Amino acid sequence: MSDLEALTRVLPMVGAEPAILDDERIAHVVGQGHRILSRRSVPGLDLDIEETPDAIVGKMTIRAGVVIEQPIHMCFGLAHPTGSQNIRIDVVVEERATARVLSHCLFPVAQSAQHRMQAAIDIGPGASLTYSEGHYHGPHGGMQVVPHASIKIGKGARYFSDFSLLSGSVGNLDIDYLVEVEEDGIAELTAKIFAHRTDRITLKEAVILRGERSRGLIKTRVVLDGEASAEIVGITEAHAKGARGHVDCMEIVQGRAQASAIPIVRVFHPEAKVTHEAAIGSVDRKELETLMARGLSPEQAVEMIVSGILR
Amino acid sequence: MNGPLLDIRNLNFSAGNQTILDRLDLTIHPREIHALLGANGSGKTTLAYVLMGCESYVPSGGCVVFNGTDLVPLKMYERARLGLTLAWQEPARFEGVTVREYLSLGKPNYDPEPALRQVGLDPERYLNRRVDKTLSGGERHRVELASVLSMNPKLAILDEPAAGIDMLSINHIIDIIRALKAAGGSVLLITHQEEVAAIADSASQLCNGRIVFSGDPDRVIEHFRGRTCVRCDGEVCGYVRP
Repeated sequence: MSDLEALTRVLPMVGAEPAILDDERIAHVVGQGHRILSRRSVPGLDLDIEETPDAIVGKMTIRAGVVIEQPIHMCFGLAHPTGSQNIRIDVVVEERATARVLSHCLFPVAQSAQHRMQAAIDIGPGASLTYSEGHYHGPHGGMQVVPHASIKIGKGARYFSDFSLLSGSVGNLDIDYLVEVEEDGIAELTAKIFAHRTDRITLKEAVILRGERSRGLIKTRVVLDGEASAEIVGITEAHAKGARGHVDCMEIVQGRAQASAIPIVRVFHPEAKVTHEAAIGSVDRKELETLMARGLSPEQAVEMIVSGILR
Repeated sequence: MNGPLLDIRNLNFSAGNQTILDRLDLTIHPREIHALLGANGSGKTTLAYVLMGCESYVPSGGCVVFNGTDLVPLKMYERARLGLTLAWQEPARFEGVTVREYLSLGKPNYDPEPALRQVGLDPERYLNRRVDKTLSGGERHRVELASVLSMNPKLAILDEPAAGIDMLSINHIIDIIRALKAAGGSVLLITHQEEVAAIADSASQLCNGRIVFSGDPDRVIEHFRGRTCVRCDGEVCGYVRP
């Protein structure tokens, strides 16, 4: 089996189909380690990506005013038990452009490997970017997954991100996102993680509301079992009149897992407002009992509650 | 079955040093709607939790026989599988779970639309809504009742089913309670609302953890309206006519 086949055959695990690579209307990049296995662009999208000995490096630009109708698929991963992958990418969404990026990070057999991503995302005035990142890991754990990103959201621009890691055991996951939002801009960051075994999760997301009437939401849902642990840091700063932010973190802890949540809110303008809520603990007793009163066993009830939270 | 569906004898429940249910006796027959009235703190909801087997609600004495089976040693979901269920006064909310999923719990091929229509909710608008905080209190109550209907229970314990429901919609709630009976089930109806209690076949008044008056619903309602109750003269239960 080729590396391309090894990666694309697990695409359904993150909700995508291998056939997307054959569709000429759909832009994509597939990278294994530091090699680019497949790529396609579409009108309005400049895809300037190249292989180097120690990284995949590139820039993706959605030109001003262009609406990319189909999602842009970025499939990165490792097809082997060991290896390393570094990705350095700049994403520019020019003024009034709109795009949706589906990033698939695939590590079906990884046991001792690294995946590092350093992204700089610049969303121009009035533009919109939806960025969904889905991870698929096999059962072994043992990876270092380090996605870091700096995102700048221009005047009236919108950015929606959705990170999900719901299958398999990752090993160590260290996410660090910094988002800066200008006037009338919107940033919504959602992360859903199910950690198992001895997984270690560090998730740090910061939204800096610099412009007037800018808005930010950080929503985190983490479920931990086995001996997994997580530290979730959600930072929101409001610096301008009318800025509104909210941090919402929920962690469910099962078995011998451990969790912490650190919401940090800072307000530097009297007409700005930031709120936060955090809940850590076992599955809510009332939810559990409600489902058991309908005949579900405790195990079935927990599974339903957890799958709902991570949806 | 000719005997009672639910037979409670000499039931006791304490929390710390406080007696909440005190030698309580209650019988409910098949296809019977039984209203349970009582002032705040009289023990109505505690009785519901003890019957359902909620955590920490283990009786300290007495027996509860449901359809010929001793309920006390059974786990909550085992009681539910025998045909007993409870609709909470403040129903839980479930992030991410749709109304369709909630009504189809454990029943993969179940069609939830009739139950939703019965509670006055349009399936097209509600089936894909989430059972979370985006539902209003009244909508959540109706979804809870639809969930009870979907179980087709032998005995449904409804704790204040009309709480948070506007006056115009109370008839829907009454219809649902009657539908449970029409389907062959019984209802233990915990309520403060006389117009809801009035549809019962029988009723009891609970005071300070004991059934102090039982009989025809009109008589129990009339008794409940009174300034005092027979057991404590109002001094213990604190009930004062509004």
